[in-house]
Amino acid sequence: MSTADANKPAAATGIGAHLGSHLRENGMMLALVAIVLFFFVIVRAVQGVDFLSAQNITNLFLQNSYVIIMALGMLLVIVAGHIDLSVGSVAAFTGAVASMLLVKMQLPMLVVVPMVLVVGGLIGAAQGYWIAYWRIPSFIVTLAGMLVFRGLTLWLLGGQNIGPFEKSFQSLSTGFIPDLFGPDKPNFTALILVAVAAAAIVWAGIRGRAREAEFGIAPEPSGFFWARNAVVVIALLFVGWKLASFRGLPNVLLIMSVLIVLYAFFTESTTTGRRIYALGGNEKAAKLSGIKTERLVFFTFVNMGVLASLAGMIVTARLNSATPKAGVGFELDVIAAVFIGGASMAGGSGRIIGVVVGALIMGVMNNGMSIMGIGIDYQQVIKGLVLLAAVIFDVYNKTKQG
Amino acid sequence: MTAILEMQGITKTFPGVRALSDVNLSVREGEIHAICGENGAGKSTLMKVLSGVYPHGSYEGEILYDGKPARFRDIRDSEHAGIVIIHQELALVPLLSVAENLFLGNEVASGGVINWPLAYQKTEALLRKVGLTEAPTTKVEKLGVGKQQLVEIAKALAKNVRLLILDEPTAALQENDSQKLLDLMLELKDQGVTQIIISHKLNEIRRVADRVTVIRDGSTVSTLDRSEITEDRIIRDMVGRDMAHRYPDRTPRIGEVLMEVRNWSVMHPDQPRQVIRDVSMTVRKGEIVGIAGLMGSGRTEFAMSLFGRSYGRDIRGEVTLAGARPDLSTVSRAIDAGLAYVTEDRKVLGLILDEPILRNISLANLEGIAKGAVLSRGREQQVAERYRKAMNIRTPSVFQRVVNLSGGNQQKVVLSKWLFTDPKVLILDEPTRGIDVGAKFEIYNIMNDLAGQGHGVVMISSEMPELLGMCDRIYVMNEGRIAGELTRDQASQERIMALILQDGMKGEAA
Repeated sequence: MSTADANKPAAATGIGAHLGSHLRENGMMLALVAIVLFFFVIVRAVQGVDFLSAQNITNLFLQNSYVIIMALGMLLVIVAGHIDLSVGSVAAFTGAVASMLLVKMQLPMLVVVPMVLVVGGLIGAAQGYWIAYWRIPSFIVTLAGMLVFRGLTLWLLGGQNIGPFEKSFQSLSTGFIPDLFGPDKPNFTALILVAVAAAAIVWAGIRGRAREAEFGIAPEPSGFFWARNAVVVIALLFVGWKLASFRGLPNVLLIMSVLIVLYAFFTESTTTGRRIYALGGNEKAAKLSGIKTERLVFFTFVNMGVLASLAGMIVTARLNSATPKAGVGFELDVIAAVFIGGASMAGGSGRIIGVVVGALIMGVMNNGMSIMGIGIDYQQVIKGLVLLAAVIFDVYNKTKQG
Repeated sequence: MTAILEMQGITKTFPGVRALSDVNLSVREGEIHAICGENGAGKSTLMKVLSGVYPHGSYEGEILYDGKPARFRDIRDSEHAGIVIIHQELALVPLLSVAENLFLGNEVASGGVINWPLAYQKTEALLRKVGLTEAPTTKVEKLGVGKQQLVEIAKALAKNVRLLILDEPTAALQENDSQKLLDLMLELKDQGVTQIIISHKLNEIRRVADRVTVIRDGSTVSTLDRSEITEDRIIRDMVGRDMAHRYPDRTPRIGEVLMEVRNWSVMHPDQPRQVIRDVSMTVRKGEIVGIAGLMGSGRTEFAMSLFGRSYGRDIRGEVTLAGARPDLSTVSRAIDAGLAYVTEDRKVLGLILDEPILRNISLANLEGIAKGAVLSRGREQQVAERYRKAMNIRTPSVFQRVVNLSGGNQQKVVLSKWLFTDPKVLILDEPTRGIDVGAKFEIYNIMNDLAGQGHGVVMISSEMPELLGMCDRIYVMNEGRIAGELTRDQASQERIMALILQDGMKGEAA
């Protein structure tokens, strides 16, 4: 008997419901803004440095791009109900492969980059095959992968660092989009791109609302909508202005932004994306609804491998050498970002925007604490507690909603 | 006899829902008291109030236990007083031994060190009381559901139970296990254990209960003495209306053959034995075809093997569907060919419980709400709203997560999902299991409508009255074979059982 079902509270409607169902995302955004402001004030007071200086904002993106890029893939893996512990080792290994091809074999960058992405995809396929078709737990397969690819990295590099690289490869990470309007500050190309992005976000929001209204969906309360967009646009323009007054938009920021938009669209608006959520929510039901669950799990790991190799190249380019120790512990940052971003360990839920905000929260905290001169010991403790707090917040919300 | 338990004016509200309003229950010392009511009537909530799951203060009203006011803060508290509840879902740890389970949280220990010899000795004594001869070291997972149920009762006895509450104890049991359990209940009664049983099965209630309290919509309707207990009376009180018309009327308009299956044979997925043998059947347009049979007769296996080979291996046989020879080799191809299968277990196999209604409805036909690979969420909502109206899904919004719906409404969501794939033939496996009488009637209506629109409907059910009330034709399955076929006029419970028994004897002779 199921009185429990009947006992569940009926869903509230209107603003309350909207706030309730979007509490987490809005809360995370607010938390990010609050953390940034906190460091801004503290760093200025204690160190007398500008936390939001153009240079530091640029640094923030350079330091965190690889986490965000891998977190996009990790979200898919976790939504599908799996985990990938090997991404740090895979990033290191693919970085090493790239360095061999570039330095030892002197291949041009335009050949090397696609080759390495393919290597990443193959690594993902090799792991995904056992997970998807043999049903070996992903935790075990990727734990093995973590060891295997760390070992292969050491072997390939012979314990040495390999570098430096030609400028074109370095620019993958440390390059900036050139200003088409000449070298004067501010960088107009950057300003225009950021303004266009801000306009696009607002436009997409308005169009979405219009369409929802057309279909009779109760839209987000309009005051709320505009307030949220105002915050986003102001933040974006502020960051854009700062970047433009320094060296312009980092290449990696552009790569990352394009990927974020692509993955957000993929997860929320395509049939395949939806099927990954269904598979994570209830694999058996998904299967009996005609969804090819094995193929999708396989795909998420191939995708993860490709993104890990992209991140591996970016890290290698940034360090300007492939090192045996590259990427150690990346998997933890990436997985933490996904869970802070609101994904569920059980699979079936989590959004790209949440993951990006989660990764930025981690990144801003790393950066801010380093500037403040907080030791690595305390940094780890604090990051751990933030992860725990974010997940407790989730669980608390869920039990409250019933 | 004095009352061991008086629950007076119990009212329990959840945000937005009043689950219990002014419920009164009086249980006499040493009796077996049955509680009846539809799903969602409030039976389990009442028992949770009693056992302290909902602590004192979270409800209104008074509980008198042994004549004294009882204010339980949690389950431990109520167990201390001798009230033990055995839930529908058993709460045993499968990988631990019987002895470990019996004294879980209540170990036979001094200073934290377990006295195993004494624990085993006590376990044996308790097992004997419930009629089990298993060794105390047997792992619980090795026992069948029936014996696990008995272990649960032994566990309750280990706690010196005075008032034992059994929530649908026989729901998952086979007939002979159920009988054993009911015998044990009567034995315990002789030993002075007062018992409350929640059950849907009226024949069981008649057998063991001294009195019955019927609950409807969160209120007490009546308390009947043994002499007043009749099926009709209980149903009338439960439903609040006469049950003369349990099945909606329908004038069948049956057309040409829509689906024909010939010589369908399936091997067990990992054992070398045949599960389905040479099954042949036809389904006509506008026809409701029943498949009767005992548990394990192969009905579900047949349906699942047909539906995209979701069960078994070495599948052989021919299928014609709407004049064509469809490719049924995967689920998505079967769906494309016009087949839909509503699973027996909707929570495990049919729904994504944490997702909202609209996403569950679109799941099997995402193409239907997409342009190319891009989903239209507006279209998705329109579709969901359409089915919400057509199926009368009771929910404040299609954005409600299905986990919050009642069983009947969940089933309507599953049906909506499959109707949205525009099937020619729908196979419904136990479509009314675990849903209350009112919702059953609605599901029957939906089935009749589907047949009326020219779909072929196949209904697999263990409830013979339901098959007899709904179907134009009934196939009887036994041991993976078709044991016979009955038209509506020929069919009766006796003839179905006779076909099963005759086939069983044939099987033994062969």
